[in-house]
Amino acid sequence: MKGNLNGKRARVTAPSGERGAVSNGAPAPTAIERVRLARNPARPQALDYFDLLLRDYFEIHGDRRFGDDGAIVGGLAYFGGRAVAVVGQQRGHTTAERIKRNFGSPKPDGYRKAARIFELAERFGLPLLTFIDTQGADPGVGAEERGQIEAIAANLELMSRLTIPIVACVIGEGESGGAIALGVANRVLMQDNACYSVITPEGCAAILWRVANEENVARAASVLKLAAHDLLKLGVIDEIVPEPQGGAHTAPAESAHLLGAAIARNLDPLLKLRPAQLRRDRERKLAAMGAAFIRKTDVESPGPIE
Amino acid sequence: MAERQVERAPQTSGDDIWSKCPGCREIAFRKEVERNLNVCPKCGYHFRLTVSQRLSITVDRGSWHEMLEDLAVGDPLEFVDSKPYPLRIAQARAQNGRNDAVVVGLAKIEERPLALAVMDFEFMGGSMGVVVGEKLARLFDIATRKRLPTVIFSASGGARMQEGMLSLMQMAKVSAAIARLRDARLPYIAVLCDPTSGGVAASFAMLGDLNIAEPGALIAFAGRRVIEQTTNQQLPDDFQRAEFLLAHGMLDAIVPRHQMRFTLARLLAMLSRKRAAARTGNGRRPRK
Ligand SMILES: [Zn+2]
Repeated sequence: MKGNLNGKRARVTAPSGERGAVSNGAPAPTAIERVRLARNPARPQALDYFDLLLRDYFEIHGDRRFGDDGAIVGGLAYFGGRAVAVVGQQRGHTTAERIKRNFGSPKPDGYRKAARIFELAERFGLPLLTFIDTQGADPGVGAEERGQIEAIAANLELMSRLTIPIVACVIGEGESGGAIALGVANRVLMQDNACYSVITPEGCAAILWRVANEENVARAASVLKLAAHDLLKLGVIDEIVPEPQGGAHTAPAESAHLLGAAIARNLDPLLKLRPAQLRRDRERKLAAMGAAFIRKTDVESPGPIE
Repeated sequence: MAERQVERAPQTSGDDIWSKCPGCREIAFRKEVERNLNVCPKCGYHFRLTVSQRLSITVDRGSWHEMLEDLAVGDPLEFVDSKPYPLRIAQARAQNGRNDAVVVGLAKIEERPLALAVMDFEFMGGSMGVVVGEKLARLFDIATRKRLPTVIFSASGGARMQEGMLSLMQMAKVSAAIARLRDARLPYIAVLCDPTSGGVAASFAMLGDLNIAEPGALIAFAGRRVIEQTTNQQLPDDFQRAEFLLAHGMLDAIVPRHQMRFTLARLLAMLSRKRAAARTGNGRRPRK
């Protein structure tokens, strides 16, 4: 479970440097180096952060329709003094856990479990924290049969209309529709070495250059602009959360401290907004997504064949 | 989830007089197929349509009023693969005369006004980037303001890789606009055409009050090859076809092309009953 981590709720040393902790003159990691850091099996995952940041975590299981998907974890807990709902993707640290968690690739049942927790939070006015960490939703026969597309689509609409504060944290690798199904938030935070992308670098390389060899995958990671500093510039995320020197896995407790501080700082102003304002705030943010890159041209668009 | 290589189904829009039907492998006279709404007269195979073909068999003659056709994308990622992204866009634009992979506008079907979008699979595989997202979100908002029902014909390989995360975020942006339309109790009918996959399938294409598909349409989250590689499983022939989804409870109906226009008119009539302006709840779909 939380093996390899020795993640004690330890006193944490002061954050190393300001934003993007990799300061000490060390060069910033390249895109593919960040992908590797994000995939490091020892990197803290959702359950580790639950353990380090939350009190009285009560896990909620199952979608009450089909099953209990191990790739999605979530429940109720206290964050600081406040009751919150949490949902995250869990990839697993050990081989056994990875198998149990389907390597962090949720099935429709997982997204429906998440939806159930979203609605619970909505009914009782609890702020919602999500932790994104997946290479994508499960591409399997059962997932297609049980409506992977419907489950993801329904979550997108549901999250957009919630009237509670939502803070999403990209803590590892967040890829494709399977990631964004937990990502419709008022504030999106991203750890410095996490990745957030429309497709895995491997998938991108295979489409663009046919062969997903090491060189092409590195190229894909770079052209996809999946790093936190790129996404901050594009307006996809709101804040970069620094990591301990060398990556989150080198000091999980410190990493949790940094993430927890960022969540608290971003959640605070949201708690002052009224329910309708919270939804509107999220809608405005979505409406602006990409709008800066649209321009007007003249065109004679062909109409129907008369 | 990104735009995938979807097998190219033959179009009937070539210069050939004859075309071979992928459904029954028979040779058909192209004009005869076209007169039959591009459906094989022998086996009922539905050929893919261009946007212009789709519009002409769907809307009342002379009622199509396109909007937002001047919106075009820049180069948010400065994306270069074998060629720079702006060049790729310029070529797609030169080929079919449109700025991006969807047309949106107002039209009438059987004299009933509606907001309508038709995705263009010929434009970079119908992939969704910021322009597709913006046009669809604005169409839903226009429909909400004007109190119009909305119909979308989808045909897409998914999110557009060349616009990275911004393209993925359009899934959420359009879904949020659908939530507003739904709250206003206006109908949205999603028509899933061949192929609808990836991020388009996993967002607005599955969010209709009614989700209906054309016969044989490929509707998928993951590509067939990806599934075969990861599961080592022999997949049934109709896997991810409309009929497969219907059998698994994921579609409301499959409607043949000949009946589509009439069916849409009928459904819109049934769903547009004037309702007391009284607000009941927040329009959420109960989900238990
Ligand atoms: Zn045929």
